[in-house]
Order: sequence, then structure tokens, then C-alpha cells
Amino acid sequence: MTVLATFTRAGRTPRPPLLLVVPALVVGIGTFLPAFYLLVRALDADASQLGEIVFRQRNLFLLLNTLKLVAVVLTLGTLIALPAAWLVTRTDIRFKGLLSFLMALPLAVPGYVMAYALLGLSGYYGFARQWAGISLPPLHGLWGAGLALSLYTFPYLFLNLRAAFLGMDPAFEESAQSLGKSRLVIFCYIVLPQLWPAMVASWLIVGLYVIGDFGAIALMRYEVFSYAIFTQYSGAFDRTYAAWLSLMLLALTVAALSAQRAVTRNRRFARTGSGSARIARPVRLGRWHFAAWAFIALVVLCSFGLPLMVLGHWMQFGLPKMDWAQLGRAAIGTFMAAGPAAILTMVLAVPVVLLTLRHPGLFATLIERLAFLGYATPALAFALAMVFFALRTAPFLYQSYALLMFAYVMSFVALAFGPIRLALLQIGTRQEEAARALGVSPAAAFMHVVLPRLRRPMVAGCLLVFIMVVKELPITYLLAPMGYSTLAMNVFSRTNEGMMGDAAPFALGIILFSSLFVGLILKYEGGAVRTAGEARNS
Amino acid sequence: MKKTILAGLGLVLGLTSFAAAETVTIYSGRGEALIAPLIKQFEAETGITAEVRYGGTSELATLLLEEGANSPADVFWAQDAGALGALSPAFADLPAEVNETVLDAFRSDANKWVATSGRTRVLVYSTERVEEGDLPQSIADLTDEKYKGRVAWAPTNGGFQAFVTAFRLTEGDEAVKAWLEAMIANEAKVYRNNGTQIDAIANGEVDFGLINNYYLGRYTARDAEFPVRQTTFAAGDIGNLVLVAGAGIVEASDNKENARKFIDFLLSPAAQQFITLQGYEYPVRTGIIPHATLEPLEAVNEISPKVDTNALGDLEATLNLLREVGLL
Repeated sequence: MTVLATFTRAGRTPRPPLLLVVPALVVGIGTFLPAFYLLVRALDADASQLGEIVFRQRNLFLLLNTLKLVAVVLTLGTLIALPAAWLVTRTDIRFKGLLSFLMALPLAVPGYVMAYALLGLSGYYGFARQWAGISLPPLHGLWGAGLALSLYTFPYLFLNLRAAFLGMDPAFEESAQSLGKSRLVIFCYIVLPQLWPAMVASWLIVGLYVIGDFGAIALMRYEVFSYAIFTQYSGAFDRTYAAWLSLMLLALTVAALSAQRAVTRNRRFARTGSGSARIARPVRLGRWHFAAWAFIALVVLCSFGLPLMVLGHWMQFGLPKMDWAQLGRAAIGTFMAAGPAAILTMVLAVPVVLLTLRHPGLFATLIERLAFLGYATPALAFALAMVFFALRTAPFLYQSYALLMFAYVMSFVALAFGPIRLALLQIGTRQEEAARALGVSPAAAFMHVVLPRLRRPMVAGCLLVFIMVVKELPITYLLAPMGYSTLAMNVFSRTNEGMMGDAAPFALGIILFSSLFVGLILKYEGGAVRTAGEARNS
Repeated sequence: MKKTILAGLGLVLGLTSFAAAETVTIYSGRGEALIAPLIKQFEAETGITAEVRYGGTSELATLLLEEGANSPADVFWAQDAGALGALSPAFADLPAEVNETVLDAFRSDANKWVATSGRTRVLVYSTERVEEGDLPQSIADLTDEKYKGRVAWAPTNGGFQAFVTAFRLTEGDEAVKAWLEAMIANEAKVYRNNGTQIDAIANGEVDFGLINNYYLGRYTARDAEFPVRQTTFAAGDIGNLVLVAGAGIVEASDNKENARKFIDFLLSPAAQQFITLQGYEYPVRTGIIPHATLEPLEAVNEISPKVDTNALGDLEATLNLLREVGLL
């Protein structure tokens, strides 16, 4: 092993194969559609109205609020996710599998449920009031919204950081330790830089999510930029100025993407010498065990316990008149939407990431950025873009299952980039090149050497897309085939009429459904890690 | 099994529309939880299969505008007059007799849409922190020092915007602007919709809220102790405004006959009775047993200001005003 983070051009070949170019083109075109649609709509604008709606002082204020919220969520989320990921990968804490499961679970909690749970703490049906008889000041504004959002987005950071820790070669740290460096110095100079790409990639995803979120923010009464867009669509039924505002959001996304690129550019973390990575030796927590468990208990209680208690409370009203057949139909509809979408997303994401790493250049950069623009486009605008193009080019596909899948995949493909990119960086190109040198074709070398080691990040990516689709609303509403019904649609149709009790079984369904998949995948992934570990140690 | 596969294939290819002969496609801004039984009854009565796309009224209205002449929808059933007004250009003319069955107060003169139920604006308040004597007599009272920081409102909500429109029509833009600014200065708190205001009062965040009449019943029906009640302002106050939900036939529809059958069904005594009892709303025709917990419609009509329902679709100036004072 030689250098930690070298800036090499390893593994690049001049011309990308069609196997990468075709999926990349599909992703590029699919994710360009929303931006193009927004441009078309924006051009309808009337100059005097434009100034009044788009370039007003208040938008600046809302934009500033949005940035503050992003900063709070990323800080809180990292403060939860980083120690948690370290605990479950690098220490001798017990029940690592269960802890990983619990830390990933809050991802399954719908935003409005999380916000209600926090509001409910102090509220009329609140636990503080009913059990302890005290009344807490209600959470709202920046801190309320920030806390609610961090509590269900931190698992995204956690999963990425955990994968980064697991894939990290401990030999770097051990060398530093043998040179007499302290734990803290090693963490800051050896571990953090290696976590950096995973951290920045997940910050980007979470940040873009926060910018677009509406449910939790509206309940916490914090006014952000998405509020302005929502107002245009809902109050004025105006697609033109909403398009302008959405384009401003996309400009913000482009800036964030450039910043991300600048800080993680071409770093390489694979070992370059002989030998192979081992499993890191766990740190003994000793008397810190208590603090570690207290920390985890607090996080689980807030992020998962509270929402469950709120839903449990609503269930009292919902259970007696429960329509089980409807719940079953909605669960099947949800699975039929999220399952195939997650797998298709992965099929397209892997080639795009390979292209950006192995054949960097204008084309790869463009595709990658378009995918992020697709992800950052407000969901309602995204769905309208699909309506616009489907009706003009392929009306027979309109409101069909195929178009729904296409929309999900294009909207969420960027979510899967992070884990795959990280894994490919950690795998490096050496072994693949060795296989090539032995006369195997590039495709075969990839299939036999790289793909098996991509299994873990691929399931992680699948999981993220799956859960996002389970909770998704506007795209499903506008594009699903007639009569199609998902759990999230049922929740909305009830909460919107103030029927919290009737919504509760469906919301609980969302959480149970998603947790089932989180559990299955982590179990499978855990198995993979163990096998890999055993193989390496033998 | 084979059938399932074929059905699945049809779904994938988007060929579902070949399946049934007699159908009607409805875009419904009204929630499935409330109206699904009504749809079932329509199907049983007419033998027509109703394909319903549920969604938020505003999302579906935007969708209809985007679809334009290619819309697969036959009927749009909306939660508020603002959406109906915005979509009027996309609606086909209704035969005049449709609106003739409807009570005067709810009638649409332009015959672009028809009201399917009536509701009123009300004041909700906390039974724990508000004495009967402290209730405001007019929305103008809410700008008083004594209500500082205690009132909730929802500027993005269709019902609230219709109220502002009516306020403008009766008192003029300047008066409304002054009221809005005084409310903001009095620290009125912004919520997203009606239900969240009720929750906020129960949770102790605020003491009063400005909402539509049919939400609170859903809370008190299952919890008689729920610490929120609703009331009206003094007779004639704009805060007692009467509003409508309604439906129209989409111009792009190639199935206007069945669309008309659905609208006739919504105005039928059975459907009106259902909406009145299950939805806590007012029927738009005579001969319906009113909801026991609601003020009788005659009483409401007496105390509500006289505003032309048709004019409430004109949102443009209202939105500009709300933007001007910084609420949107």
C-alpha cells in the first residue's frame, strides 16, 4: 500500500462501451424532460407579472430560510449518523445487526407523521400532558422543522457512512497507529478524509430532499422556498410562475452539485499495493458502553418511538372501522409500484456511475448532473412534465403503469448513485485490470470481479428508492393508472379530510411495510459482509 | 392466473380503457375516505363503472389544465369555488336545468359548474382558554390587542382565499388590505389548512381559528371532550360566508352523457342526504334532513353576508393582495 488519496487517472479507457452509453442516454433524456418542460412553461411568462412573482424580496427571504433549514438538518443528521455508524462498525458494541436496523428504520416514517409526533409531544393528546401532566412549549419554526426532518433523513447518512466504514481498509489506520498517532488524530486525518465522499454525497441527497419537502415544514409553520412553489400551483393554479420558481431551485441544485464536485474530485481510496483489506479490529468501549447505549436509546425513542406512539394513539379511532380489503389492495399497489421501480433504478444507475468514474468527461458529467436535476425537481412539476410529454408523444402510454415506472425511476435514479459510487471507489480498478490482463473481456471482467462486490451497495440503493416510492405522492396521484391505490394515497385522502384515525392504519402500514424491507435487506447484507469477512480471513 | 397476467399486461401497456364499455372518468378533489360509498352507489344504480382519480383539488386542477384537450377526465369534482372558477374555460356548458334544481344561494349563473354541497366559514375556539364573553363579534375584532398571537389562519387554503375574495367584493380592496395588515401586526399564525388549525387549538398553540364548518364534527364525534368548539360571528359579518363545493363536465370529455348522469346523481336526494350526514355539509336542494349538529341552513343564510357565489372564482386580485401583504 502506498498513498492514501492519490489523484490518479486509473482505469480510464478512451471510449465508453455502448453498454454504458445507452443506459446513460436513457437517464439523460428522461431526467432532462422536467427541466425542458419547466423552460417551456417559463417562456409563457408575462414580463410585468414575472417581476412581481419571481423577483420579489420575499423569495430571497424564503431562500435564506431554506438554506438555514438545510444547514440545521445536515448538522443534526451528521451528529446522529456519524457516531451511530462508527458504533455499529468499529466498536465491540453488541447487537450490531439490530442496531443497524433500528437506525435505518426512521427512513420509513412519513414526514407528516414525524412532525405530528413532535408536535404531539406537547399537544392535547400529547404524552407529556397525558403521562407526566406537564405542558412543554410546542416545537415549531426552524428548530421544529429541522428536528423533524433530521429525525427521518439521518438514516440516509447513516447507511452511507456505515457502508463507507465497512468498506474502509483498516491498514491505513493501523499504519498511522504504529507511527504513534493518537486516536483523535487518526480519526481526523485518516478516517474522515476516507468518509468524505460518502458524507458529501449523502449531504447532497439529504439537502436536496430538504429543499423539496413540504409536509413536515408546513406542520412546523416554517416558511421555505417550496412554500412559494406550492402557493403558485395550489392557490393560483399557475404553471408559469411555478416553473420560474422551480427553475430557481434547479439553479440552486447546480450550485450544490458544483460544490460537491469541487470537494470530492477524483479522490481515490483503494489500496494500490499488494494484499487485501481486512475487517477492522473493534475498539473496546469499556465504560463508555453506557453512554453509547443511552445515545442509541435516545435516537431510537425520538425517531421511531414517538411516531409509533402517535400512530398507536390514532389507531384507537381507526381500528374499529378498518377496511382490511382496502388496506390489502393498497399494500399490493404499493409493492407493485416500489419493487419494480427500485430494481429498474438500479439497473440504470450502475452504468451511469461506471461511466462517470471510468470515462469521465463532458458527457458523463452532463448525465450525472441531469439525474440530480431530476431528483431536485419539485415532484408536482416532475409529474406535470411527464403529463406534458406523454400526451404529446405517446398518448397511449398516458397514465399507464409503464409511464409511472419511468417517472419513478427518472425521479429517484440519483438516490442510488451515492452507494454505488462509493463502492466502486473502494473496489478500485486493480483486480479488474488483472482479470483483463489474463485475457477476459471488459464486460466479463466487470461481471465476475466487480459486480459481486457491488451487491451490497446495490441492495442499499434499492432500499432507498423503494422507501422513497412507498412514501411518494404527487407523481403517483397524477400518473398512476385509474383506480390504482397505494398506502400513501390512502393516508393523504384521509388526513386531508381531518380523519387522522382512519389514516393511522395506512400510515402504520407504510412503516411496517418499509421496515420489513429494511430488515430483509440488512439481514441479507449482513450475511454478505460475514461471508466476505470469512473469505478474507481464511 | 392467465387472466391476471393478461390484465397485468394490459395495465403495463396502458390499454385498460378497452376493458369496460360503460364508464365515466372522475377527477375528484374530494377524499376517497368520504365519497367512496357514494361512488359505489352510483355504480349500482346506473350500471356505469366509475373510474376515479383522487387527489388534492389544486393538484387535479393543475393536471386538468396541463392535459387540456387530451384530458381523459369526464367530470371534475372540486373542493372549492376558486378551483371551479379557474377551470371554467376547460368546462363544457351545463344545460340550464341542472342548476335549476339547486337552491338559489348556491346557484351558478354561468352554468359552467354546479354546486354539490354548501359549507360556511366559522370561528373555532378553545374551550379551555376562551370565555364565552371573549368571543369576537366580527372578524374586525380579531385585530384587537386582546387577540394578539392567539388567532390561526391558512392563507394558502382555498376556503380562506374565497373568504378574502368575498371580503374584497363587499368592502373593497383597501379595507381588506388594512385588515390583513392589522392581523399580521397582531401576530396571526399561519397554518396550512383547516384541520391543522383545529389540532393547533387543541394543542394549545393558538386559541382561535378561521376555518370551514365541516371539520370539527369529525373530531367531536369520536371525542365529546375535545376542547374545541365552533361558533359564528354576528349576523351579516363576512366571517359567516357561505361557500360551495361543486362539479363540472370537462370540455375535452368524449363521454358527456355519462358525466351528466354522474352530476345528476350527485344532486339526487340520496346523494345529497349522504353528503349532508357523512360530510357535515349543507345540501344544495330542498327536502333533505339536515345534520343535527349544524345550524339550520335558513339560520345560516340569515346571518351570512350576501355575496354572489359566481364571483368567488375570481382569484387573481385576491392572490395579488395576499402577495402584496407578504402572506403568499
